[in-house]
Amino acid sequence: MKVRLLDIAHARSGDKGDTANVGVIALEPRWYDVLVHHLTQRKVADHFRGMIEGGVERYELPNLNALNFLLHGALDGGGTVSLKTDAQGKVYSTALLRMVLDVPAADAKRLELPVAQ
Amino acid sequence: MAAGQGFWGDDLDAPRRQVEGGPIDYLMLDYLAEVTMSILQKQKERDPSLGYARDFVGAMESVLPAVLERGVKVIANAGGVNPPACAAAVKAVAAESAAKGKLRIGVVTGDDLLSRLDEVMAQGHQLANMETGEPLSTVRDRVLSANAYIGSEPIVEALEGGANVVITGRSTDTALTMAPLRHEFGWGAKSWDQLAAGIVAGHIIECGAQCSGGNCLYDWRSIPDLANVGYPLVEARADGTFIVTKHPNTGGRVSVPTVTEQLVYEMGDPHSYITPDVVADFTTIHLAQDGENRVRVSGVKGKAPTDKLKVSIAYRAGFKAIGTLVYAWPDALDKAQLADSVLRKRLDRLGLKFDHILSEFVGATATHGHLAGDQHNAPEVQLRFGVRGPDRAAVERFTREIAPLVLNGPPSVTGFAGGRPKVEEIVAYWPALIDKTVVNTRVNIIQ
Repeated sequence: MKVRLLDIAHARSGDKGDTANVGVIALEPRWYDVLVHHLTQRKVADHFRGMIEGGVERYELPNLNALNFLLHGALDGGGTVSLKTDAQGKVYSTALLRMVLDVPAADAKRLELPVAQ
Repeated sequence: MAAGQGFWGDDLDAPRRQVEGGPIDYLMLDYLAEVTMSILQKQKERDPSLGYARDFVGAMESVLPAVLERGVKVIANAGGVNPPACAAAVKAVAAESAAKGKLRIGVVTGDDLLSRLDEVMAQGHQLANMETGEPLSTVRDRVLSANAYIGSEPIVEALEGGANVVITGRSTDTALTMAPLRHEFGWGAKSWDQLAAGIVAGHIIECGAQCSGGNCLYDWRSIPDLANVGYPLVEARADGTFIVTKHPNTGGRVSVPTVTEQLVYEMGDPHSYITPDVVADFTTIHLAQDGENRVRVSGVKGKAPTDKLKVSIAYRAGFKAIGTLVYAWPDALDKAQLADSVLRKRLDRLGLKFDHILSEFVGATATHGHLAGDQHNAPEVQLRFGVRGPDRAAVERFTREIAPLVLNGPPSVTGFAGGRPKVEEIVAYWPALIDKTVVNTRVNIIQ
């Protein structure tokens, strides 16, 4: 089943130098496992292919039902060097929430995930 | 503990609202971001009595009654690259009021390494860029400022010396919150869990209202009265647990989602949030709603810090300019894309060389790139065209190439009211590490 990340998580992003970070937080604690299994480092790297120059790292924060992604080389040099509108990576958060996850139907039903139309 | 400023440029009235909104012991004001120090250094070069966050003087004026009558203490990193000058300015304002002679201002210095840079490098400290590994010698002649991020100890020392206002330079944002807790509760230098809790409290409130409903995506439409948003308060306890809340009769919201969004903001490896005092483990934080607009934070674990301090170095890195034009429907994106290619050809014909040219299409793909999908039917698209390079004259010449496009480029173009783009000197950020033993902080209390 297709599940829009926007329907199961919220997010905030920020910067450190030329790296953007995106913290993705499950809207319901029981949906955290969906993030862990389906919002992988590889999927996020694929999602942002062509938009960032470096790699992607992922950290798990089960205590906050959150994942933290570091997107390296995402800010055209970052800070004052960058020519980008989003020089501080403030809206990489919602760019990530555009992702659609493919979740097995049984899991979607059991977890009452909102399914994309 | 009340937070009244999340960066230099934040709501000027927030400090006053924080001291008048209810009983508090400390007001914490964070003014410094990565690039702020270099801006302040440039101001100090022009006038040796400047180089600090001048907003702080007005903020102090607005909270003086609370400081004098209710004993509220103020902790701020407003000193920038010139804490003594900042203290003198505050003293001058106090001298003209009922506060004359009643302020004890603790001035923390020693973070500024600029005048010692050659000596420090000669001792073998390379100050290699933490991102690229390059030694600082490659840009040494262009360095504008160099400041070590210092921890809670000098602030605690100032408070123990009886200061009711503490002004620092490049203290870490989080130390401004943790130091008074350490002072009040007598936490030892190795009380890792409590110190880490103080750091987490600092991280939550250091961006002001960004933890109390501001910039909050979660259920954002329902967040009440952002016009009167309540800045955050921390009610701390000696055991390291604390409540995040805000004053009554204010807007915004303090909830587990609003605080969680702030916790993940600018986060690196959550297991190791490194500060000069302690390394906090953000995977140990437990949040629980504890009544309306109250979030209880507990469980925070910490461990010993490293033997290094981070150094924030700013250096001149060329020039940039950004010009914009707006193209309207129909085919707004196609028109903007044609203008982009015309402009690139003209710059090329002029023989102008840049390190980088970036064109963005605001309203279509500027922030979300290809993820935004097909935008060819957009009602309007702004071409945002930026160049950067070492040659000021080339960047200057570029700024003359935007306006002609209004008459000699693609049609349906508008939005050129702002005039020619401004050339800006780029001051870049160079993060490095240095041995703690190199940095000696000092505390001077002036009355």
